[in-house]
Amino acid sequence: MHIVVCVKQVPDTKIIKINPKTNTLDRRSAPAILNPYDAHAVQEAVRLKKLVGGTVSVVSMGPPQATAIIKKSVEIGADEGYLISDRAFAGADTLATSYALSKALERIAKIKPIDMVICGKHAIDGDTGQVGPGIARRLDIPPVTNVIEVTEVIEKDKKVVIKRKLTSGYEIIQAQLPCLLTVEKEINEVEYSPLPNMIRAAKYESIIWTVADLENVDKVQLGLKGSPTIVGKMFSPPKPEGGIRLEGTANEQVNKLMDLLMEKKELFTLQTTK
Amino acid sequence: MSEKFDVIVVGAGPAGSACALTCAQSGLKVLLIERGEYPGSKNVMGGVLYRKQMEELIPEFWKEAPLERPVIEQRFWMMDKESVVSFGYKGLEWAEENNYNNFTVLRAQFDQWFASKAVQAGALLINETVVLECIVENGKVVGVRTDRPDGDIYADVVVLADGVNSLLGKQLGFHKEFRPDEVALTVMEVINLPKEKINDRFNLSDNQGCTIEIFGDSTKGNLGTAFLYTNKDSLNIGVGTTLSSMIKAKLKPYDLLDYLKNHPMVKPLIEGGESAEYLAHLIPEGGYRSVPKVAGNGVVLIGDAAQLVNAIHREGSNMAMSSGKMAAETIIEAKHRNDFSESSLNLYREKLYDSFIMKDLEKYKDAAHTFEKYPQYFNEYVPMMNKAMSKFFTVDGTPKRDKQKEIMKSITKERGVINVAKDMYRAWKAVK
Amino acid sequence: MNLSEYQGVWVFIEQNEGEIEGVSLELLGAGRTLADKLEVPLAGVLLGDGVRSLANQVVYYGADEVYIIDHPVLKDYRTESYMKGVIELAEKYKPEIFLYGATPNGKDLASAVATDLSTGLTADTTMLDIDLENRLFEASRPAFGGNIMATILCKKHRPQMATVRPKVMKALEVDHTRIGKIIEETISLKEEDMRTKVIQIVKDVSKKANLADAHVIICGGKGMGDLQNFQLLYSLADSIGASVGGTRDVVEAGWLPHHLQIGQTGETVTPKIYFAVGLSGAIQHTVGMKNSEIIIAINKDPNAPIFDVATYGIVGDAMEILPKLIEQFNELKNHTGGELSYV
Ligand SMILES: Cc1cc2nc3c(=O)[nH]c(=O)nc-3n(C[C@H](O)[C@H](O)[C@H](O)COP(=O)(O)OP(=O)(O)OC[C@H]3O[C@@H](n4cnc5c(N)ncnc54)[C@H](O)[C@@H]3O)c2cc1C
Ligand SMILES: Cc1cc2nc3c(=O)[nH]c(=O)nc-3n(C[C@H](O)[C@H](O)[C@H](O)COP(=O)(O)OP(=O)(O)OC[C@H]3O[C@@H](n4cnc5c(N)ncnc54)[C@H](O)[C@@H]3O)c2cc1C
Ligand SMILES: Nc1ncnc2c1ncn2[C@@H]1O[C@H](COP(=O)(O)O)[C@@H](O)[C@H]1O
Repeated sequence: MHIVVCVKQVPDTKIIKINPKTNTLDRRSAPAILNPYDAHAVQEAVRLKKLVGGTVSVVSMGPPQATAIIKKSVEIGADEGYLISDRAFAGADTLATSYALSKALERIAKIKPIDMVICGKHAIDGDTGQVGPGIARRLDIPPVTNVIEVTEVIEKDKKVVIKRKLTSGYEIIQAQLPCLLTVEKEINEVEYSPLPNMIRAAKYESIIWTVADLENVDKVQLGLKGSPTIVGKMFSPPKPEGGIRLEGTANEQVNKLMDLLMEKKELFTLQTTK
Repeated sequence: MSEKFDVIVVGAGPAGSACALTCAQSGLKVLLIERGEYPGSKNVMGGVLYRKQMEELIPEFWKEAPLERPVIEQRFWMMDKESVVSFGYKGLEWAEENNYNNFTVLRAQFDQWFASKAVQAGALLINETVVLECIVENGKVVGVRTDRPDGDIYADVVVLADGVNSLLGKQLGFHKEFRPDEVALTVMEVINLPKEKINDRFNLSDNQGCTIEIFGDSTKGNLGTAFLYTNKDSLNIGVGTTLSSMIKAKLKPYDLLDYLKNHPMVKPLIEGGESAEYLAHLIPEGGYRSVPKVAGNGVVLIGDAAQLVNAIHREGSNMAMSSGKMAAETIIEAKHRNDFSESSLNLYREKLYDSFIMKDLEKYKDAAHTFEKYPQYFNEYVPMMNKAMSKFFTVDGTPKRDKQKEIMKSITKERGVINVAKDMYRAWKAVK
Repeated sequence: MNLSEYQGVWVFIEQNEGEIEGVSLELLGAGRTLADKLEVPLAGVLLGDGVRSLANQVVYYGADEVYIIDHPVLKDYRTESYMKGVIELAEKYKPEIFLYGATPNGKDLASAVATDLSTGLTADTTMLDIDLENRLFEASRPAFGGNIMATILCKKHRPQMATVRPKVMKALEVDHTRIGKIIEETISLKEEDMRTKVIQIVKDVSKKANLADAHVIICGGKGMGDLQNFQLLYSLADSIGASVGGTRDVVEAGWLPHHLQIGQTGETVTPKIYFAVGLSGAIQHTVGMKNSEIIIAINKDPNAPIFDVATYGIVGDAMEILPKLIEQFNELKNHTGGELSYV
């Protein structure tokens, strides 16, 4: 089985601090990391590979530094990593991103046919979760989003059984291969990579493609040009009014709060149960 | 058995990266193992990087290394409670490329870059991996055991560049636990401050830096020093004393740093800055006498792991780099001979003892001792000097000649002529 | 693309075993405002198996029209089948704006549909408006980079699509006198062509007090300092029968499991009382709680943005305030021998 995982480099929001006073991002110490959901996606691909055999590739669209997250994927256990990197891809929204990635996937499929594509549930910098299903549509394979478990791979029938998270509960789905999954964090624990993987990753050279390396690309659909959405304006949200700042010592403030709450009888009542 | 390397270097600080770089440049198969998320992620240094030793490794490194500012002024402060006697040197020639003397750096960035140069030269770097112990077979170090699954890996030589604590060196019995007077505990803080403010307050232009070493009240009169260095748009401020003084005077390191930051001589320089990072680290200060065995069968120790720090001059990273380079050269020769025994690797020891490193350490071998034993240098002479200067510069109608006499009298009165003479001789002997 | 061919505001009506999801009713409310501004009809798009009877309800909540596809192949939600139905409808009737709930199924469907229609889709929006001058849909969402909202526009493609956070918009009062037009379409799909099958749906009934249903929520932030201090929040929660949630920073620190995260990437909640303790009030957090009835903020920084949304603000150290509050509530309980409860 050949599984390809789409991985994205994102700023580490755990470390980035937003200055609440100036509303600006403190970028000084923001290192770029492998999108955490994508780490789970790679781990799942590696788990499935161990189960049924095959190859795991990863693909990313991003600047040349994104080779760092490809190495990270190799540490987790990916065999091969492709980076598509070109000025022409810059400024892409989710539609243009899924287009570029689907072209990269078509190219990878020529090297080795693809049985499954896995994406993260969403990327933590934009939080859209739209790229995965977009890719599935472009490749005309069924998407299954919010996957929390790949229960079974039935190779001879080219089928997988999957648990998909719902707002409340989950559903069990059977999908034909090839298909595309987007995975939740619950799907697995990202393992501590064995030393040989670390050494392989340290040596690993990603395969880097530009637009010219892809086939049948309609350039109008790439990057900024291919993005139907644009950011119109940025604004601070309107501030609701009517808040009361309690004053005085800690004790006075607490007492005042209790009084105010007790006045709100319609919300908060005291029932004698004895 | 898993893959075998020519050299495994443990620790990607200045020592480890210098060694890995040199080995890789000569074609050896090098594995550099770092426990941090990336090299430098946890490393601490006041922040002065010396040009000379770095240049020997990477010519014209300043053209691409992430440096903060070339240092054009070095000040020394003898600080009392509300006064300071200062002297120093500022030279614009240090602002010129061919005369750069040293630089301020932030280690998190510098170490990362330096390690990447070793990688470019062909070394393999793996992060987030802790070396737990050396693998010893038949009295010979043959590899290391890491904390990862399938984590054993082998090499002809293992280089321990694991810093001041060097647990690995201790495991091999090369050194003992530190005595409290052999290490200093230093705490420091990076304080963000806009570039313009730094330039104004320290009288600098954009690409000029200043270092201030502070003695006396900065450590509340204990053996130790404090420092304040300028980065591009931040300051490094820190203070350290030997563990023994800290214990003796019941000092808490963070209280000491707080005391320093609020000192009236220091506060105006850092005012309005935002503290970005707190760091604490040990510095080996034992000097010449504390340097352990540095070579064994299949293993060498470099940098802080070998206690190579000149505490008086705050030199460490340069000694780390030079020792790393010497170790590498030895390993390259050993590879030609295909002999990695202790006697073969002891060539490194010879190089070390022949170099500025051991010569400098030898020169100061009694200094720390002297100052530790006779705290008057820190808690009596500094205040005295401040008083003297105050007297001397106060214009009150007393003839200057009389003033000098009066000052000498008050100094000798406080400690006695013989004692002053003894102290001066002792100090001179310690650093001569 | 001739933009003027596209007219009308559409809302995808998500139904679950014959019951319409709350978010779809909220979107009918929001869609009504948009449609009125544009002076076009508001339509609900209802797909499923045996769902015709739900059409009236869609009208009662504000729609002028309901497009229905009722077919066995649409029994359970599947991207493949639902997408096909929705795309066929959109291609035929050309709506100008199309809204979906930002639920797992809503997001899944919208992403697929946007790709096939080759149009823009804005994720997880929390404010919707119309720029009448340019006849453009303004879909706004919290932006990465501070307490900032970004308005996303889709100028040259139609329909303009967005997924909208549940519990942010308000549904209209149900009006049984409203009448609307029902348009029924068919779908050319056979079960044999489907590449996915839903084998079983397992409802989660076990979950203890869900944040979404809690009357009182105590939400802690990174300002609680450490896991041990965080426990103080449980003491307060015990004394007033509340549920405990946290900010993303808290979840990432491992003090709480992910499902108790409140905010843009977590739950949206609208309890009667919301305690925000030691959290700064980043916009990604406040979008998930600002519609609570009473918000009580405790923060030692008087400039923390949380005070901008708080009904009552206490400036102080949480470690000092919380024990006092707990004591007060416990005393109240002991004094009267009663239990606090919420109407
Ligand atoms: C506050 C302070 C101020 C200083 N100021 C200066 C100055 O201004 N100028 C100067 O030249 N020197 C200064 N020094 C000294 C200088 O920092 C050190 O001498 C120098 O960093 C030594 O380099 P090193 O490579 O030997 O060790 P380190 O820089 O300590 O590097 C050791 C590396 O090994 C890694 N490591 C440790 N154990 C393991 C393990 N088991 N497995 C894997 N990796 C491991 C660590 O993560 C680290 O990256 C200062 C020191 C301090 C503490
Ligand atoms: C794409 C994206 C999605 C996100 N989604 C979410 C989300 O769904 N939910 C979410 O919560 N965040 C989310 N975030 C993160 C969000 O931007 C903030 O970083 C986060 O909410 C901050 O958490 P906090 O308030 O706990 O911590 P901080 O911002 O660190 O605030 C801590 C507060 O505690 C106060 N404090 C400290 N000590 C005390 C004390 N002793 N007593 C009282 N007060 C004290 C401080 O003054 C400060 O205001 C998202 C961010 C991005 C970029
Ligand atoms: N630039 C990219 N390169 C590779 N994969 C991506 C990229 N952007 C998004 N993805 C994939 O799509 C998922 C959802 O991203 P998003 O739709 O941006 O939230 C991610 O978890 C990745 O698996």
